Amino acid sequence: MITYLMCFILFLTGLYGVITRRNLLKIAISLSIMEVSAFLFFTLIGYVEGGKAPIVSPAEPNQVYVDPLPQAMVLTAIVIGLATTSLLLAIIIRIYGKYGTFDIREIKNLKG
Amino acid sequence: MNPVIPILVIVPLAGAFLMMLLGRLIRDLPKYFTSVIMLFLVIASFYSLINIGPGISVYKTGGWEPINKIPIGIYMVLDGYSAIMLCIISTIGFLSAVYSISFIKRYTGENYYYALFFLMVAGMNGVVLSGDLFNIYVFLEISVIASYALVAFGVGKSELEASFKYQVLGSIASFLILFGIGLIYWKTKTLNIADIREVFKNGYDNTYYVFVQLLILSGFGLKAAIMPFHAWLPDAHSSAPSPISAMLSGVFIKAVGIYVIIRLFFNMFVISEEVALLITSLGALSMVLGVFLAVGQWDIKRLLAYSSISQMGYVILSAGAGMILISRGEKPEVAALAITGGLFHLINHAAFKGLLFLNAGAIEYRLGTRNLKEMGGLSEKMPITSATSFIASMSISGIPPFNGFFSKLIIIVACVRARFYLLAILAVIVSIVTLATFLKLQRYAFYNKGSDNESHSVKEVDGPMVFSMITLGILCILLGLLAFPSFRELVLKPAVDILMNADIYIVKIIGM
Repeated sequence: MITYLMCFILFLTGLYGVITRRNLLKIAISLSIMEVSAFLFFTLIGYVEGGKAPIVSPAEPNQVYVDPLPQAMVLTAIVIGLATTSLLLAIIIRIYGKYGTFDIREIKNLKG
Repeated sequence: MNPVIPILVIVPLAGAFLMMLLGRLIRDLPKYFTSVIMLFLVIASFYSLINIGPGISVYKTGGWEPINKIPIGIYMVLDGYSAIMLCIISTIGFLSAVYSISFIKRYTGENYYYALFFLMVAGMNGVVLSGDLFNIYVFLEISVIASYALVAFGVGKSELEASFKYQVLGSIASFLILFGIGLIYWKTKTLNIADIREVFKNGYDNTYYVFVQLLILSGFGLKAAIMPFHAWLPDAHSSAPSPISAMLSGVFIKAVGIYVIIRLFFNMFVISEEVALLITSLGALSMVLGVFLAVGQWDIKRLLAYSSISQMGYVILSAGAGMILISRGEKPEVAALAITGGLFHLINHAAFKGLLFLNAGAIEYRLGTRNLKEMGGLSEKMPITSATSFIASMSISGIPPFNGFFSKLIIIVACVRARFYLLAILAVIVSIVTLATFLKLQRYAFYNKGSDNESHSVKEVDGPMVFSMITLGILCILLGLLAFPSFRELVLKPAVDILMNADIYIVKIIGM
């Protein structure tokens, strides 16, 4: 239970960062933290009490294994997260080139 | 196994890689090649629409057959509903690709543009064909990441800002969706949409279930820009290059947002009345507020973007009205009528909103401005743009005999017959305000006497752009035919049947 709680705290940390930070880079970092909490959650739901890594060997037929599917999904999701983060950072670099600041309050070209 | 299903995803994916490899070696290859491939996709998707009829065909990726009727591989599912979406994606995609031939000339890096365009199409086709929850997420991310990059393609100040906003909100949406999928997997230990329904039918914890539904609704609602989640849409859709705006507004929010919401809530979740009411009120909210925000805009593409929110409200509203009736178990024929109206409006909106964005792009291409106050008198200088824009404006405002009239009529009739009189009145009022919005657009852009001093050099746009606009204009008129019973039976009825009877969907997928 405590691990789920910590996972939730990680999510709240990320959300707090996204909402309160004014620096573009810090927003990007907070988004990553939020994503990581989702990944952690996925790995947790695949965990089986006393389970081993799911490499099936005929020597131990009664061995309990953890659910491998969430792990596969997390790997996919991490790759996607990498693509999103790198694109976000590329956009931030371009924004810095145009506006000369990372402060989100200065970047308000679009209104209405 | 239907070989068309993987082809529809693989061909655009391969196209994206080919663009990157060959585009540098052979100049001019990307632009024509893109149109050819998109034309191929149009043929393939219409072939599947005609072929599929009321049936469902399943493609099991990697050939993993189910064990004890429990699906283990990733399922790609083609049915009437996804076939309609495929046709919308490929048709608007093809016309946008043709339009891009002359429009994208003034940007650098055409190869990247077309590669991203293909990635977006591949992702949307994948989402639409997916019968597996996590697969939906993966393809959704492919298309969404491509759209982030395309919104920022102009790399000006406002493009970058819009893309940043879009990415932050999009990442939050992806997080919500991923979290929702995780919660569903936790309880059901499966990811196949039909299998999840099967497990949920055998009883569930209600609080947990509603929480999951809300997560999924807000995640995909963010992608679909339903009202409380709409903040990114006007920025993103107005900053993108115009053919991409047409894709984003005409296809993208439908394929990755509305399509998935309707599919999941009809075919995966057992509909409960509270959630159905929530969806209907969100739809009504976006319908009303969207149009009132649109009417005050002076930036032509922003105006169109806000009006997209409002028109998507119609679709959500009619789907929600159908859901309420289904959850109460009364008047199934009225529920079917409401869903038919929603789907019909979805198709129509793709045609006329795509056309309006292409018109806006043509004006921007010649005048270099998007401000309505700086336009005027264009009806003589750009006759084709003006005529097609008039058709689209009348369609979107629901003037007979154009297509928008019929779909709005079906939605309003369904609301009246279901005794949701308030919704029917709201739909009529919004339609009138939409008319006012688009009369304003027509008057300021095309008929007012403009500032003549510099605009005498303005002339009609190039051939490919004209081709796309005229084709969409003809579509706007022809799509009205879908309202007549024989066409409706052929195209809309299979889709509505699949949505109405989730059991058929399950039996055909798991029972094979």
